[in-house]
Amino acid sequence: MLYRETGQFKISYAADQSVFPIAQDRWFVSLIIVVAIFVIPVLASEYLLQAVMIPLLIFSLAAIGLNLLVGYAGQLSLGTGGFMAVGAYMTYKLTTAFPDINIIIVFLLAGLIAAFVGLIFGIPSLRIKGFYLAVATLASQFFLLWMFNKVAWFYNYNSSGTITAPPREMFGVVITGPMASAETRYLVTLFIVIIFAFIAKNLVRGRLGRSWMAVRDMDIAAEIIGIRPFQTKLIAFAVSSFYCGLAGAMMVFLWLGSAETEAFSINESFNVLFMIIIGGLGSILGSFLGATFIVGLPIFLTNAPQLVGLSMPIDMQKHIEIMMFGSLIIFFLIVEPHGLARLWQILKEKLRLWPFPY
Amino acid sequence: MADFERETTSMAIPLLKRRLILIEELQLIDEVNCHDSLIGQKTLIIITKTTGRYFKMLRNLILMLLGAVIGITGVVATTPVVEADEQFIPMLVYRTGPYAPSGIPVANGFRDYYTMINNRDGGINGVKITFEECETEYNTKLGVECYEKLKNKGSTGASLVNPFSTGITYQLIPKASVDEVPILSMGYGRTAAADGRVFKWVFNFPTTYWSQASAFIRYVAQQEGGEKNLKGKKIAHVYHNSAYGKEANPTLQALSKKYGYELVLLAVDHPGQEQKATWLQIRRAKPDWVFMSGWGVMNQVAIKEAASIRYPMDHFVGNWWSGSDADVVPAAAGAKGYKSATFHSPTSDYPVHSDIIKHVYGGDMSKAKKNSFGEVLYNRTIVNAMFAVEAIRTAQAKYGNRALTGAEVRWGLENLNITENRLKEMGMEGFTKPVKVSCSDHETGGPIIIQQWDGSKWNIVSDWVSPIREVVRPMVEKAAAAYATENGIKPRSC
Repeated sequence: MLYRETGQFKISYAADQSVFPIAQDRWFVSLIIVVAIFVIPVLASEYLLQAVMIPLLIFSLAAIGLNLLVGYAGQLSLGTGGFMAVGAYMTYKLTTAFPDINIIIVFLLAGLIAAFVGLIFGIPSLRIKGFYLAVATLASQFFLLWMFNKVAWFYNYNSSGTITAPPREMFGVVITGPMASAETRYLVTLFIVIIFAFIAKNLVRGRLGRSWMAVRDMDIAAEIIGIRPFQTKLIAFAVSSFYCGLAGAMMVFLWLGSAETEAFSINESFNVLFMIIIGGLGSILGSFLGATFIVGLPIFLTNAPQLVGLSMPIDMQKHIEIMMFGSLIIFFLIVEPHGLARLWQILKEKLRLWPFPY
Repeated sequence: MADFERETTSMAIPLLKRRLILIEELQLIDEVNCHDSLIGQKTLIIITKTTGRYFKMLRNLILMLLGAVIGITGVVATTPVVEADEQFIPMLVYRTGPYAPSGIPVANGFRDYYTMINNRDGGINGVKITFEECETEYNTKLGVECYEKLKNKGSTGASLVNPFSTGITYQLIPKASVDEVPILSMGYGRTAAADGRVFKWVFNFPTTYWSQASAFIRYVAQQEGGEKNLKGKKIAHVYHNSAYGKEANPTLQALSKKYGYELVLLAVDHPGQEQKATWLQIRRAKPDWVFMSGWGVMNQVAIKEAASIRYPMDHFVGNWWSGSDADVVPAAAGAKGYKSATFHSPTSDYPVHSDIIKHVYGGDMSKAKKNSFGEVLYNRTIVNAMFAVEAIRTAQAKYGNRALTGAEVRWGLENLNITENRLKEMGMEGFTKPVKVSCSDHETGGPIIIQQWDGSKWNIVSDWVSPIREVVRPMVEKAAAAYATENGIKPRSC
């Protein structure tokens, strides 16, 4: 009744090809964006912005990046943390060497460098597939982190090997470094994520996305119909690493403020992979849902006992959190192996029939 | 916490019972109010009787379940209420994860000292201390989250923060000046913060990693019979491959140039459970001395590995984060002879300890022992908590006996002067050294002392060894100046 496309006639090709062809979807997404831009920064506390919203958005971007590679192009990768580190360390190097360049441009440049690194580590993908490729990309994870730890040039020869976000301004407002308010950092993150989520959404609907999916589904068939697997796979690696690099740069500069290689450890790679598996492989929405699940749930579980007025020993609370988190992951994978995005799709189909299912 | 199970259960159950009964009564009254007529009331009584029975059953069921949960976990059904004139101290602790062996005594030490001050003196000059723990797992991201969560709690916000993790300290240093929450990173964190002109909000007295490394070299020189004998010696540094472990490297390198010993740097990756390769390298290189910067599980593994390659344990010296009971006990007899640096006594026979036993544990020694009482790290946290309390006391002398803000506590930290007399008053004479902080020197360059594990307890085996100030201080100032230019900070003049 509320959600159906009946009566929404398309009278131009542009309307037919729009990102959200159904008006209700369009309104819903616009509403979320309006709330995210105007309501959340006003109402949310600093803790909510700093500890929940900003990491959620940044990990969403990383998850989109990995989803392009794993979900759309079908190339299993475990190097996400490494590519994120490339983005972060390159941003640090570039912005300390050229402090006058706008930090957003530096982010993009660092993303491009990450894309290049991804391209190189994507080369084996032509020969090896599936789990073997995952092992090959694992090498990039360890190699890159080792390099950033070992070569002092990357962290400007300081004694601790930590990179710190220096204060950088845009339009007279400080957006990185300790002086930047949580609201500013949140808004900058939000704009970058919105823009790149739309780019990703369009990318996967276009020629490139279709060729990725063709390669994913059966690469020999794709080759026969004229898709070059080598280029397609490499572009997937490059685009994916660009997104991951951008997310890594934002992680240090807009969220943490400073970081060492430990922040990009193999655990982060797994986390992002879990995000897309739980959220839904091959779905942009799924990346957001998965990031919300993995980032938001532990924080919710940590704070839940206090919200209901129970206070328990901190270690016990943590152990319960870990157990709950694990069981919820198993629960969701059993209930819906195709991820949260699939649940959303089912919900939409049900809504279409509501209130008269047949 | 497991020891409190019985008490908490007996405390919690009546509370919960009362609450549930209240709910039941409220519902009764509500329903009676709705129906005025007599007949209505009659039927209602029947209904309430049956619902009452149902509620009772439900209540019993819930109580049973809760009881079971409490029995297993020791849930305390009281929430800490922060009142107006109470000094709030956030506690970033790690009681879980690979660093828990080091984190638990630390967390217990803070808790016990603050509780002792509250119970014995009724707080600091009458201002009660409140605190709340937040689990960080020694993970920098969780640490920042915890800090954000706790920094505005209490009537005046966080008075000061003890991150007890170099990684988290690094994250918090830029935030400290913005949020006006001083950081007391006692003997860890960013060494350059010793320059108070640049790092106004960060304190790392009584001594730092660099001072410690230089004091270690001085100790080696003493053992080898003079600085000239250092030439040609081989010293290995086994370090946690993180901001923390790397801290000592620049000093060791600088001193290696000065004294002509050969330095072998061996990194151990987080969390440090796999060190076979590292110790193979040591077996091959045969260093005369091994210095270690480890934490958590890494310490135990390193000591076990050193024992298994039969490295002479009295030439294996840990820094002060690598010398607690939890580190040596797993290696059993193999750990005998292992040394480590420290800046306080490892024993627990000082008046302050008997106060803790008396006022926190009600004289129950065995319960105290179960809560890490008397371990080296526990003692160190007593020193740390004492510094925090004394800083607040110092600030109170200027601002009055009330709950203070972070900015006021910062003044207290900077003007902290703990004399030998004051230590005696607090029952810590001989437990640690006097400290006098100043505006330009947030470190004070205190001396270290070497302790040795004899198989059952730690013993002090050296005199106080002072750091090589003339080498360390210029390096600190240089690093601080580099930080200032990179982050656009204008140093204060002191």
